[in-house]
This record gives sequence, C-alpha cells and structure tokens, in this order.
Amino acid sequence: MATESFDHPFLNKIRTLGLLFGALFLVLTVIGAISNPQQFYQSYIIGYVYWLCISLGCLSLLMLHHLISGRWGFVIRRLLESGARTLPLMVILFIPIIFGMHNLYEWTHADVVANDPILKFKSPYLNETGFISRAVFYFVLWIGMTWLLTKWSRTQDETGEPGLKSKMINLSGPGIPVLILSVTFASTDWVMSLEPHWFSTIFGFIFVVGQALAAMAMCIIWVVNLSDADAFSEIEASKYLSDLGTLMFAFTVLWSYVSFSQFLIIWSANLAEEAPWYIKRGQGGWDIMAVALILFHFALPFFLLLQRAIKRRAALLLAIAVLMLVMRYVDLYWYIAPSFSHGGPVGFHPHFLDLTIPLSIGGFWLAYFAMQLKGAALVPLHDPRMAETFAGEGH
Amino acid sequence: MAENSIYGLMAEYDNPDDLLHAAQGAYAAGYRNMDAFSPLPIHDLSESLGYEKHRVPFWVLFGGMVGACTGFGLQYWVSVIDYPLNIAGRPFLSWPMFIPVTFEMGILFAAFGAFLSMLILNGLPQPYHPVFNVDAFESASSDGFFLCIEAEDPKFELSETRNFLEGLHATKVVEVES
Repeated sequence: MATESFDHPFLNKIRTLGLLFGALFLVLTVIGAISNPQQFYQSYIIGYVYWLCISLGCLSLLMLHHLISGRWGFVIRRLLESGARTLPLMVILFIPIIFGMHNLYEWTHADVVANDPILKFKSPYLNETGFISRAVFYFVLWIGMTWLLTKWSRTQDETGEPGLKSKMINLSGPGIPVLILSVTFASTDWVMSLEPHWFSTIFGFIFVVGQALAAMAMCIIWVVNLSDADAFSEIEASKYLSDLGTLMFAFTVLWSYVSFSQFLIIWSANLAEEAPWYIKRGQGGWDIMAVALILFHFALPFFLLLQRAIKRRAALLLAIAVLMLVMRYVDLYWYIAPSFSHGGPVGFHPHFLDLTIPLSIGGFWLAYFAMQLKGAALVPLHDPRMAETFAGEGH
Repeated sequence: MAENSIYGLMAEYDNPDDLLHAAQGAYAAGYRNMDAFSPLPIHDLSESLGYEKHRVPFWVLFGGMVGACTGFGLQYWVSVIDYPLNIAGRPFLSWPMFIPVTFEMGILFAAFGAFLSMLILNGLPQPYHPVFNVDAFESASSDGFFLCIEAEDPKFELSETRNFLEGLHATKVVEVES
C-alpha cells in the first residue's frame, strides 16, 4: 500500500457524477439493447474503442515520459498511471464484444467465409479462436506493463530507491515498440476487420496517435481542474500547461499527417479493393462529418494551439482539450459506423445508443480513474530525476 | 573619460539565477536600455528585461502561408493551366496530390521566415558591437553571465549605476568603451 494518498473535491465530484451518469446511461443503454441488439453491438464497439484508446494513450504517454523525463511528464505522471490502470475495467467491458462477434464481424459466419475466397484466405488469422486468444494476449501485455510501471512508481514514492528509475526506463524503451505493434494488431482485429476485405497498413499507427492525443487532452482537463491542489501549486503545475498544449498540438498535427497519408495513398492508387472505404465515407451525410473532421480535428485546433497566448490561458486550453475529446469520438464514429452497411446503401443513421454507450462507459471509466488517482500522491515524491529537471533551467 | 564615450556598464555574474535577479532588479529600478548575455537560454530572462513582443512568430506564419500558397499555385498552374495531362482519368485539379508539396513548401518558407526575420530583427549581421571591447566578455559563450546597462538609458548615471549593479551581487562591474 502506498503511504500517501490524494484527495480533492473535484475528484470526489467526478467519482460521484461518473457513477451516477454511468448508471443512468446504463439503464437507457439496456433499454436500447433489448429493443435493438444489433444496434447495441454496433454502437458498443465505437464507445468501447473510444475509452480503451484513452487508457492505452495514457500507457503510451507514460512510457514516453519515462524515456524523456521532461518536467511536463512529472506533472501528469500520476494521471497517466491512473488512466493506464483503468485497463482491468476495459477487460470486463470487452465481454459484450465477444458476445456480439457474430453481429459485428462478417468473417465469423462460416457460410459467408466458405463462399468468399478472400475471407477464406484470411481465415487462418481472422477466426474466432484467434480473435479471442489474441485479445487475451494484448490485455495481458498491456496490463502487465502497466502493473509493473505503476508498482515501481508507487514503491519509489515510499522507499525512494534510486534503482527503480532505471527499471522504469528499461521497461519503457522496449515497451513503446511493443505497445505500437500490439495496438496495430488490436486495431486490425477489432476495427479494421469490421470490413474484412479492406486493408491499410498505416491504420494501427493512426490509432496509436489518436490515443496519445486523446490521453493528452484528458490530462489537460485534469491538470486545469486540479491546479489548486497543494501538490500542483508546489511545482506550479499550471506553468506547464503550455507545454502540454504544445504536445497536444503535436499529436493533432501528427494525427492529421497519418490520416491524410492513408487517404492520399488510397486515393492515388484508386484500387477497387481499397477505394470503397473512402467512397462510403464521402457520401450520404458522412461527407459532412469528414469536412467537420478536417475543420475541427485539424484546422481549428491547429491555428488556436499555434498561439502561445492561448496555450497559457487555462480556460481556453481546457475548451480546446474538450473539443479534441469530442472530435476523437467523431473520428472513431466516422471510421466505424459506416462499416455496418454490409453492401447496402450507407445512410447516416445515428441512434441514441451512439451517445448513451460512450457516456455510460465514460462515467464508469472516470469514476474508476478518480479512485485510482486517490491511491497515490498527485506528484511523484522521490523520483531522482525530478530534482534534476526541476532544478535545471531546460525543459 | 567622458561619459559619452562610454557604451555602458557591464556587470558579470557567476550563475544564471544571479543574472536573472539582477535583470529583474534593474528593470524594477527603471532601467530599460539594457541587455543580458548568457551562454545558455535562461527561462524568463527576456521577459524580465521587458521584451514582451515576439515578432518572429508572425514572420514564421507569414512565410508558411506564402510558401503554402506558392506550392499550391505552382502545381495548379502547371497541372491545370500550362500543361494539363489526363492521368488515369483524374481531374486536372487533383488537390489531394498537391497537398504534400504545398505542405513542404509551407515548411520551407516558414523556416526562411524564421531564419531571416531572426537575423533582421536582431540587427544581424553586425560587424562591430561595443560589448566585445570588454576582455572578460569572451566567457559569455562559455561560463560567464553578463548584464549590460547602456549609457543611452535616461536613468544612467555612471557612479550611481555602478553602485546599483554592485549591489545586485555582481562579481565585477566594468565600463564598456563605445
């Protein structure tokens, strides 16, 4: 057990509200699920992937922090650790996807695969046993790395043992490529295989970047709301908001870069097996969403976050972070929802489950997150690198 | 030595913190025409000297915009106006294909904007500067921290300013010949 813990009114408020709204939207979700199970699974995969991305983004930023140990990282380390520690919750929430496999994934139907040479060819990878055993493997990997990193970090708080620093660095180095590869495979399994004929090799990396962006936006929201906590006032956490804003800017630009790369490659090749993915998403209401993504997931945050004066104003940065979290959902919605047309016309048919599911999962996620954050001091206590970075003048 | 042949007074400091405090103290005392010299960037130093407006970012943005428009315009002129080619039935204005060049030209011109505006706004290249008349100033590029108050400053008064700088933990205060 950690000797220190952390408490703040905002934390308790989020925990209470999270549980309350989580439960409220759960009731609505259950009603929707009973009346339309197919729609439930379609909406569930989007909401689930959205929150899983934030958990995994926290894990990847945590590893990045251990490797480069800038000051901003010490400010948000506990937030990142708490975010990564929500992964056990995401394991439980994965269960509905296993139940809904037949509703979601075309390749689980033996009769479809038997009549489709491409799906037959892919069946050594895309089959139910493989899907479930790979999912178990990903979660063991992610939770294992999170468990080690957070355990060492908390032990460091208690004992101040200097060797723990190197352990965390040594795990994070190989951890980042391992995480990127596993996220690539996981996004292929869970999202790309919704349209099993289509493929894109940059797909996984788009998820890696989107995760980091969502996690950074989440951290900014927490730092702004916790800025009056004692531990944050001591290290003047709000001074680092502009650094966090710059990183959010970097991930926004990187997201645009990789997303556009995928589009450009497919657009210029114009192959019959690739292009339909974008054609589907460029008509019948999805085109408006695509333009909204360009404007609000790229252009607006790009020009706002370019300005230092904006990044230094907590209220504005908070608003941009909220916008980014909303746009992450729009992006995932645009990626996933049009997949369920199964050859028919793709209309834009939003369902109330598309809102209640992410809000319900989000409520529980945030409550769980808040409880994790309570378990340790808000800022690491005895990391030897902290004294070095906060004494020196560089970033 | 007459006061008008003096460029200013230069105080030397041991470490960045002393320099930062001295700069803040001098600004608080009303000195405006001054400059600080350090071998490494010091957080908040330029703010403490009263530099609030950063003019380089505007020129970076300006350069980036000009570059992006040039890049796009160049491709538009070639592919749509001057030498339209039918490539696999695609429209002449194939804008997705134009983005990489537009982006790279934007970056290139933004870098030009940063580099040139930095030089010009700093008044560089400058073959002569009085601060180099001080022998100890060489250490400004290795381990010395300097604050120079210029004689032009309305508040400048040789002995009074010297006392003032010495009071701010300077290890040495010397006159700078103009």
